Amino acid sequence: MRNAFSEALYDEATKNPDVYIVVADISPAGSMAKFSSQYPERFINVGVAEQSMIGICAGLALNGCQPFAYTIATFSLYRPFEMVRDDLCYQNLPVTVVGMGAGVIYSTLGGTHHTMEDIAIAGAIPNMQIVVPCDPAECTEATRWCARQKNGPVYLRIGKAGEPDLTRNAAEPFQFGKLRYVRRGNDVCILTYGVITKMAAQLADELQATGKSVSLVSCHTVKPLDRAGIAEALKRHKHVIVIEEHVPQGGLAPQTKQIAWDIRAECRLDTFTLKDAFIHNYGSHEDLLASHGLSIPQISAKIGLG
Amino acid sequence: MTERANSFDAAQARERCRRYRRRILDISQQVSALHIGSAYSCTEVVDVIYTALMRSPATKSPDTFLMSKGHGCMIQYVILEELGILSRADLDAYCTPKGKLGVHPDYGNPGITAATGSLGHGLSMACGMALAEKGRKTGGTIYTVLSDGELQEGSTWEAVLMASSLKLDNIVACVDNNDFQSLGRTSDTHPSFYPLVDKFRAFGWEAAEVSGHDSVAIFEAITSRHGSKPFMLVAKTTKGKGVSYMENVPIWHYRSPNKEEYRRAAEELENAK
Repeated sequence: MRNAFSEALYDEATKNPDVYIVVADISPAGSMAKFSSQYPERFINVGVAEQSMIGICAGLALNGCQPFAYTIATFSLYRPFEMVRDDLCYQNLPVTVVGMGAGVIYSTLGGTHHTMEDIAIAGAIPNMQIVVPCDPAECTEATRWCARQKNGPVYLRIGKAGEPDLTRNAAEPFQFGKLRYVRRGNDVCILTYGVITKMAAQLADELQATGKSVSLVSCHTVKPLDRAGIAEALKRHKHVIVIEEHVPQGGLAPQTKQIAWDIRAECRLDTFTLKDAFIHNYGSHEDLLASHGLSIPQISAKIGLG
Repeated sequence: MTERANSFDAAQARERCRRYRRRILDISQQVSALHIGSAYSCTEVVDVIYTALMRSPATKSPDTFLMSKGHGCMIQYVILEELGILSRADLDAYCTPKGKLGVHPDYGNPGITAATGSLGHGLSMACGMALAEKGRKTGGTIYTVLSDGELQEGSTWEAVLMASSLKLDNIVACVDNNDFQSLGRTSDTHPSFYPLVDKFRAFGWEAAEVSGHDSVAIFEAITSRHGSKPFMLVAKTTKGKGVSYMENVPIWHYRSPNKEEYRRAAEELENAK
């Protein structure tokens, strides 16, 4: 996904001389190297200095540019939090803070490199928008949107590498602020976003194999959330399942429950999230998700499948 | 380098600064806290920047002023009033429900280029602004004023390092070195921090030190800079400068004078004509 991001950003920078990227000592994967050699004056590496990364982006935006701040998610959002809040959100500047490798993707690096509560934290700040693409193609669309929007700050939460293509045959295109049906069905609806959409798609396959008609929805715009779209999904399906790689508080799951309450939804609603606990074990990304109950067998058992 | 004044009238500067202090004193009667001492210590520095260095500050200047020590912005407000960018009504409604001006500068208000107040944010934003101006080849210079307490923020030093690494020779920064922060003398809490100019030079800046209440010295130090590096002026100042009982008394970092104190201060500032 990060390659799709850097390729899209390179394209945008080619079209728009106001596009800058400010990185904090992160390896220039994919087209990032092309960006830095082609447009060295617009590729700024601050080193291990994330507060200045955000502040410099703010200054660029204050004087009319369209900057991206880019590093591993913990360091792009948590470390310089007050700069994100004051410089970007309070001043409502069109800066994209890219949280790369968010969630527990850095599964062997330990809790200091996990980003489990970023949606809650970014989402709590007024003016902040949150976009989380589910696959490389959606990441390309999201990046293009970020490079052209003037609404205000965006937290763009992306994966790292190896995400499968999930949206090639999607029922709908990417549209900021709207749910995106990757598949449309009538019985069960899976609401999800980001890298874990791969697991949600596998669950959808298994449900379909039992004869269910399944919707799979990429809720890529987590803020502002398409509340009308969620309400519609809750009304149209008998069973709604939320799967997210995020702690239980402040993410898609509690917001969906709130909407369900508000509209007096009658469907069954199950939510699957990371636990409200740090992770001290190691292994693959899947191993870590499974240790918090996010695996096909565990979810299948909970929803009575198989 | 600026294209503006190549000479500087010391008497006019003195009278302007006296007038600004008098206006700030009047506004102090509207609220209990406006950081009067912090505004008085950087009065001459901010006046020189707006009056003698920035090109056409009242219209569309290619130059930018950013008040990194946001708590000193009362001096910026009164200068913006004098330039006609803020109105008298704006300042009269300071910190009231009818007004739009608060104790710290808020982005979106006329003449305010960045929201500050939390310390350690301004210099990084100035770096970004300086990059933007270089990218567009506008020739714009970014002027910013920091407090000495603000130099204790690690984020300030991230920006100091970046400004020189990125060769941002279009940044002119001033430290209002009044040697006071809320709890006492900065040189007592951080004695190894001095002399300040050495620290900036070591980080690749051009730096000079002058009396921060000598407008001519401020003007000459900035206009005679070499200009191939970011420039830091360490302005040695007196907190509360201009009103004898406020000078170097930490309580005037924050509080406003009562009626008797107001009368005495007004008298001193009138007698300084």
